[in-house]
Amino acid sequence: MQKATIQLETLTCPSCVQKIEKATKSLVGVDKESVKVLFTSSKVKFDFDAEKISVGDVEKAITALGYIVLKSQVKDK
Amino acid sequence: MSVLQRFILSKKNHITLISAVLIVFGFTSELGFKNEIVAIWSLAIASILGVAPIAIQAYQALKVKVVSIDVLVTIAVIGAFLLKNFEESAIVTFLFLFGAFLEQRTLNKTRSAIKELTEMAPESALKQMDNGEFEEVKVDDVDVGDILLVKTGAKIPVDGTVLSGEGHINEASITGESVPVGKKKDSGVYAGTILENGTLQIVADRVGEDTTFGRIIELVEEAQDSKSEAERFIDRFSKYYTPAVLGLAIIVWLFSRDIELAITLLVLGCPGALVIGVPVSNVAGIGNGARHGVLLKGSEVIGDFSKVDTIVFDKTGTLTTGNPKVADKEFYADSVGEVLAYLASVEKESDHPLANAIVEHIGAIKSYPIEQTDVVKGAGIIAYIDGHRVAVGNVTLMERENVHLAEKARADIARFEKNGNSLVLISVDSELKALMGIRDQIRPGVKEDLQKLKKLGVKNLVVLSGDNQGTVDLVARELGLTEAHGHMLPGDKSKYIEELKTKGHIVAFVGDGVNDSPSLALAQIGIAMGSGTDVAIETSDVVLMNSDFSRLPHALGLTKATAANMHQNIVIAVGVVLVLLASVFLSEWMNMSIAMLVHEASILVVILNGMRLLRFKL
Repeated sequence: MQKATIQLETLTCPSCVQKIEKATKSLVGVDKESVKVLFTSSKVKFDFDAEKISVGDVEKAITALGYIVLKSQVKDK
Repeated sequence: MSVLQRFILSKKNHITLISAVLIVFGFTSELGFKNEIVAIWSLAIASILGVAPIAIQAYQALKVKVVSIDVLVTIAVIGAFLLKNFEESAIVTFLFLFGAFLEQRTLNKTRSAIKELTEMAPESALKQMDNGEFEEVKVDDVDVGDILLVKTGAKIPVDGTVLSGEGHINEASITGESVPVGKKKDSGVYAGTILENGTLQIVADRVGEDTTFGRIIELVEEAQDSKSEAERFIDRFSKYYTPAVLGLAIIVWLFSRDIELAITLLVLGCPGALVIGVPVSNVAGIGNGARHGVLLKGSEVIGDFSKVDTIVFDKTGTLTTGNPKVADKEFYADSVGEVLAYLASVEKESDHPLANAIVEHIGAIKSYPIEQTDVVKGAGIIAYIDGHRVAVGNVTLMERENVHLAEKARADIARFEKNGNSLVLISVDSELKALMGIRDQIRPGVKEDLQKLKKLGVKNLVVLSGDNQGTVDLVARELGLTEAHGHMLPGDKSKYIEELKTKGHIVAFVGDGVNDSPSLALAQIGIAMGSGTDVAIETSDVVLMNSDFSRLPHALGLTKATAANMHQNIVIAVGVVLVLLASVFLSEWMNMSIAMLVHEASILVVILNGMRLLRFKL
C-alpha cells in the first residue's frame, strides 16, 4: 500500500467534497476506508495499491469532474 | 470532461458579470423604453449563459450519483425558462453565481490564518550532489540522509542535525518563541525555522510531512475538517435532503399541476447555509487558535472544551517552571566566599537537580580540587577539600556528621520548610556553615491566568503533584486553587481523573506531556504544554505551543466563542429554510428570485458571522 496526497485548487462548495469522495472511492485499487477529502485545505488523501492503480489514474478521475490538480505526492506506507 | 465544459467553468466570473449587464439592460428596455422584445431576448440570453456552468456542475455531480444543489437550481431554471418566465430564470442564475463568487471570496478569508501557516513551509533546499557541489532543489526532492547547506536568511528545509557551522535560528514557527536560539555541531534544527545569522551544513533526519512543522500543519488541516457529531448528522441529513427536496417538488407538481410552485420549492429547498455554517465557524476558530499558539484538534474538542467545569493541573512544569532555584539562604560563617566556593566545587560533581540549582545560583567562583567524595544515598555528599571534611546534604546527613544545630539554625530550617523549600545544608569539619532553601518557581502570570479561567466559568481548579502535601498546599494557597493533592504518582493522577469523570464533571487535564500521558489521554480534554514535541502533539487534544500558560484562557474563551458561533449559524440556517417553506405556502409574495436572494444572503451571513472568530481576543 502507498499513501498519496493530491493538492487541488481551492474547493468552495461542500458538495464538491461529496463528488470527489465518491469518484475516488469508486476506483479499483483505492482503499475506500482511507479516502479523505479535506475541504478547508483542498486536499485528497488516500491509500492505494500500486499494482492496481497509479496516482495519475486518480488524478485523471478528479480532473474529469472539473477540479484542477496542482500537485501530488506519494509515499510508501 | 470536455475542453468546452472546462472553458465555461473557468470563465464563471466573466459569465456572472455579463449576465448582470444583460439583466440590467433587459429591465431598462422593458421598464424604460417599453421594448418587450429586446427585454425578453437579453433576459433569455442571460439565463442561458448563466445556467451553463451550473448545469455542467450538475451533470458532473449526477454522473457520480450525487444530487447536488446545482441539480436543483438547473432544473428550476430550465423549468422557469420553459414557462417563458425569463425574468426569474435570469435573476436566479445570476444570484446563484454571484453568491458562489462572494462565498469563495469570504471563505478564503476564513482560511487565511491557516494559509499564513502553510506559506511558512520551506520550498527549496541547497542539496549536496554526487560531485560535492551544492545545488538548489525542490524540498520534495530531499531525502533522509541528504546533506544540505543553509545560508543566512534562509529557511531550514527539513528536520535535521547540524554537521558543521554555527548560527542563530529563529524558531518562532515551531515554538512561538522569537528569541533566536544558538546552534552548533550536533544541534537539532527544525523545518520552517529561519537561520538569522551564520551558515550551517545539516543532514536531513526527517523530511516533508514527517517534520515537526509538517505534522503541525497536517494536524491543523485535519482538525479544521474534522467533524463533530452534529456536523456528521447535518452531512447525512443533506445527503438525503437534496434528493428529498427534488422528490417533494415532483409530488407537489403531480398533485397541484402547478409547475411554478414546484420549481420555487426546488430553489428554496437548497440547503446552502446549513451545510456551510458549522464548518465555517470551525475553520475560523481553529485558525484563530493556530495564530495565537493554540492547536485545537478538531470540532469535537471545541465542543467538549467549551463545556469544561474542572481543570486539573500537574504542578511541576505546568504551574511551576519545573526548574528549581535557590529561593532562601542563611549563612552561619564569616567567610561566606570560601563556603560558597567549597559548596560549588562539591555540587559540580553531582547532576542532582538541587545541585544544579545551587551551581547556577552561585555562578562563577573559585574552584577547588576535590580529593575524595562519598555519596550518601538519600542524604547528600561528603568530600575532602583543602584537608577539610565538607558535607553537603539534608538534615539527616548533618545528624550523621554530628553537626550541632543551634536554636537559630533550627528555626531557619522550620521556616524554610514552611515556605515549601527543599533544604541543602553545608558543614565544614562538622560545623554548620550555610543553609539553602530551593524551590520550584511559579510561572509568572499564572495567578492572573487562573483568575481568568474562573471568570470564564470553570468551577474547580485542582493541582496534583508528586511533591509533599505541604508544598502543594502552599502553591494552591498562593494561586487560589480550589483543591490540592500531594504524594500523587502518575497512576494516582489518572485514577483521580477517572473519579472526577464518574462524578459527572467535564475534566481537562493540563500537563507537560512528559510523564502524564495517561492522564492526558483519560481526561475529556488533554491539554499539553508542549514546545512542539512529538509526544505532546500526539497524545493531547489541545497543544499550548512553547509551553505558554497564558494561552490557556485564550484557548478556553476561543472554544466557547466558537461553540456559540456554531449554534448561531445552525439557528440562522434552519430558521431561513423554515421561514421560506412556511411563506411559500402561506404568502403571496414568495417566488424563485426572492427565495434565491434570501438563500444567498443567509449563506453570506453565516460566513461573515464565522469570520468574527478570526478577530477573537480575550
